[in-house]
Amino acid sequence: MPADTRPAHRAIEAVWRIESARIIAGLTGLVRDVGLAEELAQDALVAALEQWPADGIPPNPGAWLMVTAKHRAIDRIRRNERLGEKLSLLGRELEDEQRGAPAEFDAVLDRDEDMGDDLLRLMFIACHPVLSTQARAALTLRLLGGLTTEEIARGFLAAEPTIAKRIVRAKRTLADEQIPFEVPPAAERPARVASVLEVLYLVFNEGYSAMAGDDWMRPALCTEALRLGRVLAGLMPAEPEVHGLVALMEIQASRLRARLSPDGLPVPLLEQNRGRWDQLLIRRGFSALLRAERLGGPLGPYVLQAAIAACHARAREPEQTDWARIAMLYQALAVLTPSPVVELNRAVAVAMASGPEHGLAIVDRLAAEPTLAGYHHLPSVRADLLARLGRREEAGAEFRRAASLTQNIPERTVLLQRAADCAARAGTP
Amino acid sequence: MRFLMTTNGGGPPPDEQLFAEMDRFVEELTRSGVLLATGGLDSGTHVTASGGNVTFTDGPFAESKEVIVSFALVEVRSKEEALEISRRFWKLVGDGEGDIRQVFGPGE
Repeated sequence: MPADTRPAHRAIEAVWRIESARIIAGLTGLVRDVGLAEELAQDALVAALEQWPADGIPPNPGAWLMVTAKHRAIDRIRRNERLGEKLSLLGRELEDEQRGAPAEFDAVLDRDEDMGDDLLRLMFIACHPVLSTQARAALTLRLLGGLTTEEIARGFLAAEPTIAKRIVRAKRTLADEQIPFEVPPAAERPARVASVLEVLYLVFNEGYSAMAGDDWMRPALCTEALRLGRVLAGLMPAEPEVHGLVALMEIQASRLRARLSPDGLPVPLLEQNRGRWDQLLIRRGFSALLRAERLGGPLGPYVLQAAIAACHARAREPEQTDWARIAMLYQALAVLTPSPVVELNRAVAVAMASGPEHGLAIVDRLAAEPTLAGYHHLPSVRADLLARLGRREEAGAEFRRAASLTQNIPERTVLLQRAADCAARAGTP
Repeated sequence: MRFLMTTNGGGPPPDEQLFAEMDRFVEELTRSGVLLATGGLDSGTHVTASGGNVTFTDGPFAESKEVIVSFALVEVRSKEEALEISRRFWKLVGDGEGDIRQVFGPGE
């Protein structure tokens, strides 16, 4: 390959990134098989890589890829009778189109309005609950994000063959189970939307947990999840929880640059340099939250979490945080999704709003919670509250217990330091 | 990666058709989750500082071709993706010039 085709290849990859989801969605709408649709789209990409470096990028690259993919489908029908059954319908449609040849690009463009629906169907099928969460995440990044298997593997710190197998198996499961390519009917809708949102938030959190020095693909997962969330919000503007998740991700992403110290250690929210928070993303998060709230109805878990994140984002200084409102929002969240972790967060907010003794009362009720037995945040929160109440000996013991439970060495150092401080100041007011 | 795309003045005035096409383009970019912010700019005020002495000069300025009249802030995965978006924009506009610059945030 001549060296000068490489910039052209990168340009084609960029077109692919922009167009692939819509092409795969449109093709799946025709052939009703995600795996086959993706193969046809890949064939079109290969054709583009062969032709565009010499001929230049066509005026409408998306339509070019789509038409080429359809032609590949016909070629396959002719070569392969077994595929023919599945594709005979598509074949007839294309023969018709070819008779009126110049119209075929227009025909593709005219489908633009259905494209949104196909894209939404693609999101739902990639995130179908018949697949494991990990498989849904990989398939979503592949089909909707246009990421390569290698990029997904790097993002998830997984081996490439593992991800490749996961994607192949997921596509086979969808075919075997004859999962329909559809926007789910109203009765199934809430659970199916929740399944999509769960996947996007999982991808986002995977990126958010990236450490300094990690492959750049990891933080890029945040951006990708956020982008897909924005796309979904455009496709389902009447779903408050979709806007809620977008708001939550926008606001959390606004802190991406403040969440690690120069030496790569995670910086707790209240100690972050708020000047490094991205105000543009915060404003976008507020707008998305407003859209969710304006739709009315009871607030779902993502809207509530976004509202909590918004309370932090609104405070210019940590001291200005509206802890009473945060405590109330956590209470509402605890009703919808009861969990000891939510309750622990509520305890922190209550302590900040009404005093450490009120927070401690909630934490002490959690002490017997078996699911929190090895969870170092429980003794660490308890220690902090005890210290603020001047009960330094008990606090020191709790800090040491928390230190013994965490696997994170920098965190352990901080906890042991706080235990030592408690010992040094024990007995003083 | 964030890129700031700017267009300079001096091009032919947009007609109704271009307005409509541009609306559609902006709508599509927004729906694809790529466009973070966009806007048009006034001719503005030029600022010069010399040894701490600040001088303001009100526009409009003679060379409109050198003045930024609109901007779009996009979040994309590669520089090539920004170039492709720019290509689509300028295909609609036809004639004119502008710039594409990566935006570095704190820590980049």
